[in-house]
Amino acid sequence: MAKITVNQERCKGCGLCVNACPKKCIGFSSEINKIGYHYAVLKNEEACVGCGSCYQMCPDTCIEVYR
Amino acid sequence: MVKKLVKGNVALCEGAIAAGLDAYFGYPITPQNEVPAYMSRKMVEMKKVFVQAESELAAANMVLGACATGKRAMTSSSSPGISLKQEAISYMAGMEVPGVIVNVQRGGPGLGNIAGSQSDYFQAVKGGGHGDYRLIVYAPANGQEMYDLTYSAFDIAQKYRNPVMLLCDGIVGQMMEPVDFNKEQKTKFEDRDWILDGCKGREPRSLKSLLMQDGVLEQHNLDLLKKYQIIQENEVKAELYQVEDANVIIVAYGISSRISKNAIKQAREQGIRVGLIRPITLWPFPSEIIASYTKTNVKFLSVEFSLGQMVEDVKLAVNGKCQVDFLGRAGGAIVSDKQVLEKIKELAM
Amino acid sequence: MEKILSRPKALKDFPLSYCPGCGHGIVHRLVAQAIDDLGIRERTIAVAPVGCAVFAYNYFNFDTTEAPHGRPPAVATGIKRTNPDKIVFTYQGDGDLAAIGTAETIHCANRGENITVIFINNANYGMTGGQMAPTTLLGQVTETTPFGRDPLREGYPINVCELLAGLKGTKYIERVSVCDAPNVMKAGKAIKKAFQNQVEGRGYSFIEVVSHCPVDWGKTPLEATKWVKDEMLKIFPLGIIKDETK
Repeated sequence: MAKITVNQERCKGCGLCVNACPKKCIGFSSEINKIGYHYAVLKNEEACVGCGSCYQMCPDTCIEVYR
Repeated sequence: MVKKLVKGNVALCEGAIAAGLDAYFGYPITPQNEVPAYMSRKMVEMKKVFVQAESELAAANMVLGACATGKRAMTSSSSPGISLKQEAISYMAGMEVPGVIVNVQRGGPGLGNIAGSQSDYFQAVKGGGHGDYRLIVYAPANGQEMYDLTYSAFDIAQKYRNPVMLLCDGIVGQMMEPVDFNKEQKTKFEDRDWILDGCKGREPRSLKSLLMQDGVLEQHNLDLLKKYQIIQENEVKAELYQVEDANVIIVAYGISSRISKNAIKQAREQGIRVGLIRPITLWPFPSEIIASYTKTNVKFLSVEFSLGQMVEDVKLAVNGKCQVDFLGRAGGAIVSDKQVLEKIKELAM
Repeated sequence: MEKILSRPKALKDFPLSYCPGCGHGIVHRLVAQAIDDLGIRERTIAVAPVGCAVFAYNYFNFDTTEAPHGRPPAVATGIKRTNPDKIVFTYQGDGDLAAIGTAETIHCANRGENITVIFINNANYGMTGGQMAPTTLLGQVTETTPFGRDPLREGYPINVCELLAGLKGTKYIERVSVCDAPNVMKAGKAIKKAFQNQVEGRGYSFIEVVSHCPVDWGKTPLEATKWVKDEMLKIFPLGIIKDETK
């Protein structure tokens, strides 16, 4: 059991977490946030192993990891 | 108290040490070399900080760093080196960091020469670095004042959170004079709520001059202006010498004031009523004191080791009410008391 | 489930002004994490540069000061010499550290000041819009090398780690990258080591972080991290360049 949460208002949609995820379980939201970006979302909670790769790559410290 | 015979440059070191100097950061240049040499021994013996920096730029920025933590720090140089320190001075003014900078002036522009001069007046009092700021500037005229004014420079700098410059003469720095080292050694200072000393038990602090949001810099400039006005109201220092009945008033600072005094004595012996206003603070400038002597039939004479810098501030203070004349020489040349006397006679006629 | 990774205390909960994907944010977090791990937040004083990271003082949750362009090593010297009990570090970009501040960098290192230097090498001047930096690669197009950096006209990229390693005053020098998650974790360890050295009084520690600047490079964040791996690391090889702390 693992998951991540993304601070949707802070995320700039750079996609470094999406690319870093070894399980490919992060994607982009269809809507845009207040600062104008398609923010990152955990698309497949089942697959998340809580490895923290996304957290490591996030330049805005938007991601929290639970395990 | 027994006076000691020392160079002006050594007197200023002792003034700084008595004021509780924590750190001195220097770089060699003539005619201030006695300062780093003296400090390199004295500070180390006292287990305080001495660093010979890689440049005047670095030395001034080391002062900025040390003073940002509330420590008392000083750097010294001579004219070309002071040009390099302007960067840090502007930042210290903006960040309100109370560094003390000593300029033992030599001739310029450029590398100029190593003879004493007073040609950095504009640089010291009219900005020097970029931005809308003021530097508190003291002009010691003798060894005793090198000691006394350096001693008080640190208190004034910290009181107003503003950099202070001692604008000294190469001649006074090099001359040996008896000095009474009569100040009490300072060790304790009041707590300051702005210094960087680690955020233990409080919110973090930051010192900065970059204020990007709309209107924030203007407000900072206005706050600084308010501070400068308080300094102008409270910190003007000048010596008045035989001015009450004078119809020729010399305005001169530092070494040129001493030469002028000799000329005044000679002129008085010949029955000429002449006096001296000697600014001890060049900024804030004693404009009101000068203005209070702008009576009919009074003439002013600015005597400087430059081709006419402070004379502009004398003219502003006099504001067209009296004649303002100028006598000066540049490039390390000395205005003699004889030349001043001749000029006095010419004006008194 | 338990929260295992989140914002370090030494990093304020404050939006960063950096462009999307910028490496600065990653390095800020690593620095903050190291400071948390060592329990030194309340005795740390940081010196911010001129450049994009000038705003670091808005983000770090400890005492910070600004410094004129290139002068952080001098400012840090002033702080550390008068406050040897404080943890002092500079955070500088390539323009600040290796162009305008070269003299300050070299002499601070040569004096062996017991400080930590975090050097962000992203091969251009970010804040002013992507001009050539001392670390710009040969052939790299920037605002001021529209035909690519030509060594006959602009000289060569400077390998700062190797330059400093020759100085006896330096004790620990490592080059790391934040181009992917494993490298970020390595960078975190290096940064922590560089602070640990200072805590233990071991002397001057220098960490070069080869970083990415997607917007000024005209690349997506993903392309930018790939360019770091494919191009920059060839010129700036990773690893411990010098370790005299043992």
